[in-house]
Amino acid sequence: MAGFTLYDKLWDQHVVKERDDGTALIYIDRQLLHEVTSPQAFEGLRLAGRKLWSVPANLATPDHNVPTTLTERKDGIDGIEDPVSRIQVQTLDDNCDEFGIEEFKMNDVRQGIVHVVGPEQGATLPGMTVVCGDSHTATHGAFAALAHGIGTSEVEHVMATQCLIQRKMKNLLIRVDGQLGEFITGKDVVLHVIGIIGTAGGNGYAMEFGGSAIRSMSMEGRMTMCNMAIEAGARVGMVAYDGITEAYVQGRPFAPSEGQWAAAVSNWQNLVSDDDAVFDKVVVIDAADILPQVTWGTSPEMVTTIDGFVPKLEDATSDEQKDAIERAHKYMGFAGGEAITDIELDRVFIGSCTNSRIEDLRAAAAVAKGNKVADTLIQALVVPGSGLVKAQAESEGLHTIFTEAGFEWREPGCSMCLAMNADKLGAGEHCASTSNRNFEGRQGYGGRTHLVSPAMAAAAAIAGHFVDVRHFTLQDDAVVGGK
Amino acid sequence: MKAFTVHSGIVAPMDRANIDTDMIIPKQFLKSIKRSGFGPNLFDELRYTDVGQPDADNSGRPLNPDFILNRAPYNKASVLLARENFGCGSSREHAPWALEDFGFRVVIAPSFADIFFNNCFKNALLPIVLDEAIVDGLFKDVTAQEGLQLTVDLESQKIIKADGNAISFEVDAFRKHCLLNGLDDIGLTLQDSDDIKAYEKKRSAQAPWLFRA
Ligand code: SF4
Repeated sequence: MAGFTLYDKLWDQHVVKERDDGTALIYIDRQLLHEVTSPQAFEGLRLAGRKLWSVPANLATPDHNVPTTLTERKDGIDGIEDPVSRIQVQTLDDNCDEFGIEEFKMNDVRQGIVHVVGPEQGATLPGMTVVCGDSHTATHGAFAALAHGIGTSEVEHVMATQCLIQRKMKNLLIRVDGQLGEFITGKDVVLHVIGIIGTAGGNGYAMEFGGSAIRSMSMEGRMTMCNMAIEAGARVGMVAYDGITEAYVQGRPFAPSEGQWAAAVSNWQNLVSDDDAVFDKVVVIDAADILPQVTWGTSPEMVTTIDGFVPKLEDATSDEQKDAIERAHKYMGFAGGEAITDIELDRVFIGSCTNSRIEDLRAAAAVAKGNKVADTLIQALVVPGSGLVKAQAESEGLHTIFTEAGFEWREPGCSMCLAMNADKLGAGEHCASTSNRNFEGRQGYGGRTHLVSPAMAAAAAIAGHFVDVRHFTLQDDAVVGGK
Repeated sequence: MKAFTVHSGIVAPMDRANIDTDMIIPKQFLKSIKRSGFGPNLFDELRYTDVGQPDADNSGRPLNPDFILNRAPYNKASVLLARENFGCGSSREHAPWALEDFGFRVVIAPSFADIFFNNCFKNALLPIVLDEAIVDGLFKDVTAQEGLQLTVDLESQKIIKADGNAISFEVDAFRKHCLLNGLDDIGLTLQDSDDIKAYEKKRSAQAPWLFRA
């Protein structure tokens, strides 16, 4: 008999009950909550007179709507200028208080983007099922966990039953062999993958990232890749457990107690795909082929390398693709054929649940150090993923590097990733962004997003246009983070 | 949830692949803490020529005359026809809420993004996957005949055309059962409470660190 994939194992460990129709009731170990997708779920519980199945399985923090300037933050929720945002953040607090859920409120140092906070607290553990009303929940799969985004009705279902009704997905392995080049990060790997398989390539699959390049990657890099599994259509991204996972988890507030640690670690060793496991699809990538990636269009699959060009209409291989390129040209203000390095930028955004962890900030700071943001830029923002990331960065002096270079240093939250708060692009503005979606209007009405890694974003901020960070001259004493 | 049995309505064609949830309902409307009222902001950026604001009156806003749902008879459409990977992007259930609030009951496409597909069933909105060639044929039919109507019969899993010809479609048995009867799946799952408790007992013995006090 063939062995099991990591996904098979996680699935089997969480089946409460199989049903005749091929669906199963799956137990959920952890639910993360934020202010945008939870209010209607709490309301549903109240209307039906239901209770939470397990209060401590839930953990909440506001992130999408919170302001990121100190001025707007200092008076707490009352100080949020946008009344609609204020109500939503307040509603999360009220709901968590009413139902007794642990919440890191807006000005708690542990507050931040839910997908940064979960792992940072050890609330995401290997072997868990993790859900959140947010598609980037795939991030948590970096811990050999089964994590996926769900809709609000499912949030309510998990609140009331601690279970989800699921149909098992197929297994997809993305195997990246060899060694990544200098400055090539998880972000470049995942954009490269999406460029190959397309935004629908992972539909119906649980996607595992494996291969030697992944084994030597940090947890931050793995989280970045899993975060964007959904951009390839896969609800679930995963990386097998190893010593890097163990070292990251140990000592975190929600991690197993000292008495349970040895048992937990021995249990987690099994959270890998067996050597003889069979995947429904395998995509093999040579790490050496991956160059710094930049998206040029309005879908993450519209991606090329730093030495590439915006495609021309005649490059299209089908009518549908031609339509898509034409539409993207129009929205992005391109005619086709422009060199990526000639794209002039108006803003730069370093942040989001994809790239706002300490390693991301270190990589960007190494490039920013001793340099100045181009004066053609309207704004260059650095938004740490959580209050604790911010504190860590400040203890390393990264905030000084950024501010001296002309970047704005902000309070934690989703910020310009989706522009639900005051941070947004103006119409027609080009932005180098470390976030995960370049959809039309995503970062502000009419805004034009280019997805890149943190080091590439920092280099672009300094040059005023995209540059190959591998050839970027660092100041003498800068230490390169990143890889 | 309201039940879905048989539905007849006008088909609106949106000839575009990868229609994402940001397009279906832009983020500023996600600030609402309600489940209803999203219809006027469905496809907001395509539908209006100005920028929409949450909680604002939409009646006086400048409409984009080229956008299909702004034109009769499609402003009364209840069946949406689209291309592959419909509903990709975020998990926001506001997307099916907005489609449903506008009046849509059925979306037909060659493929859907997983989370969106799931969310539809929770809201009496039926997503139907058909072969690319069949979807193509429907696009041709709709272009040839403005205001074409289709009847969708969930029980027999058939889309019936005006000429009586029918197209069969697949649907998951459990979801079909819930839709036909308007069942709330939380209530159904709670009938399995004893199984859930038994699972917790077994699992907490094996992996106690997963269960915080
Ligand atoms: S940072 Fe962006 S992608 Fe991540 S949870 Fe926030 S809004 Fe969503």
